Amino acid sequence: MSSGGFFEVPSDLQNSWWGLVGWQVELTLVPVLCGLVIALPIALLCRRFGWVYPPVLGVATVFYAIPSLAFFVFLIDYFGESSVTVGIPLTVYSLVVLVPAIVDGMRSVAEDTRAAAEAMGFGTLRRYVQVELPIAVPAVIAGLRVATVSSVSLVSVGMLIGNEGALGNLLSDALNYHRPLLAWDAVLSIAVIGVLLDALLVLARRLLTPWARKATAK
Amino acid sequence: MNIFGYAQQFFDAPGRWSGADGIPTRLLEHVQYSGLALLIAMVIALPVGLITGHTGRGGNALAVLATAARALPSFGLLVLLTILMGLGLTPVMVPLVALAVPPILVTTYEAMRSVDPSLVDAARGIGLPWWRILAQVELPVALPLILSGIRSGAIQIVSTATIAAYVSFGGLGRYIVDGLSQVDYAKVVGGAVLVASLALATLALFWGLGKLLVSPGVRRGR
Repeated sequence: MSSGGFFEVPSDLQNSWWGLVGWQVELTLVPVLCGLVIALPIALLCRRFGWVYPPVLGVATVFYAIPSLAFFVFLIDYFGESSVTVGIPLTVYSLVVLVPAIVDGMRSVAEDTRAAAEAMGFGTLRRYVQVELPIAVPAVIAGLRVATVSSVSLVSVGMLIGNEGALGNLLSDALNYHRPLLAWDAVLSIAVIGVLLDALLVLARRLLTPWARKATAK
Repeated sequence: MNIFGYAQQFFDAPGRWSGADGIPTRLLEHVQYSGLALLIAMVIALPVGLITGHTGRGGNALAVLATAARALPSFGLLVLLTILMGLGLTPVMVPLVALAVPPILVTTYEAMRSVDPSLVDAARGIGLPWWRILAQVELPVALPLILSGIRSGAIQIVSTATIAAYVSFGGLGRYIVDGLSQVDYAKVVGGAVLVASLALATLALFWGLGKLLVSPGVRRGR
């Protein structure tokens, strides 16, 4: 069967190529953002009470070891074959990458800077939020890049649980109808989305840390 | 029934512990695929990471390469290669290797860069050639970080080797893929439990390797 161009999606998927791309981006970004929102308070807690950090790190490593497909399967019982089932594991993986990134980034703030903030009368929380967190932005973005790019490609595994894999859904059609073009389409589109989202995060880092550019320009 | 009930039902089923579709066979297959993929990934990534880390050149190129490799969807790659090359071990190995190379490569590079330069200077000062500096000074100090890179590569391989079953290979993914198509939920949950356990066992293995291989002096310093 040779019908259909690169951007033509088989009708059984009931979606256009752009629809699948939008779905893919949504399934990627919503979990990563949820992960960030949950990671921030946990990281602040770890920063404030140092003893919390090692056990949190241990639990996180264990969660990260759970295979995505296995994780999806465990959740089917509770949320059915839905995008929530795909989203929760991705949120957890993002969380696992982001918490250490934020904590280590905040810890790496120079002692002088911390002392200066204290001398200016900053309380602990205000110092965390207004001094340490902004300085940790490059480390946080580095974590976000890993989380985002791996989420983009993990979304496609959602195809296995009731066609919840956005562009990944092209893959089952590619196998069933033996149409390599559909598989190329899925792989290349997903890779390009990953690289583009990564580039956006690099751009965000440059916008959020104007001082870094000034320092290197000197 | 909750997932514990399903898991119980799976592990109690007759014939589960022997034969071609028994747990020992599937487990062995899974370990074989994963081990082979990790070995190939290490053979590719370790030398490159060690050398670039030692010389300190090419860090940016490595970062770009790693991002590109991460962006490749493993599952998509598997299906694409299977369509192009037919059923075989190569379509299964390529995505798994591509998955493990970035963490090993990037972590090894970073680990080598984070070695205290005064140590390397001292080694050079007493006249060690570059390969002995690399093998006897930088490598032992960088080893804990390098191991953590290999560990995350290994865990990702073990988790992802599950999808090999989608293109009619064996391994623990067999239970998940078959269970999903047979609507045999106990089988799916049982497979998932086994893969997660194997991933945790991998975690424990690397913890033990760290204890065994990392020099006591380096461990104390951390």
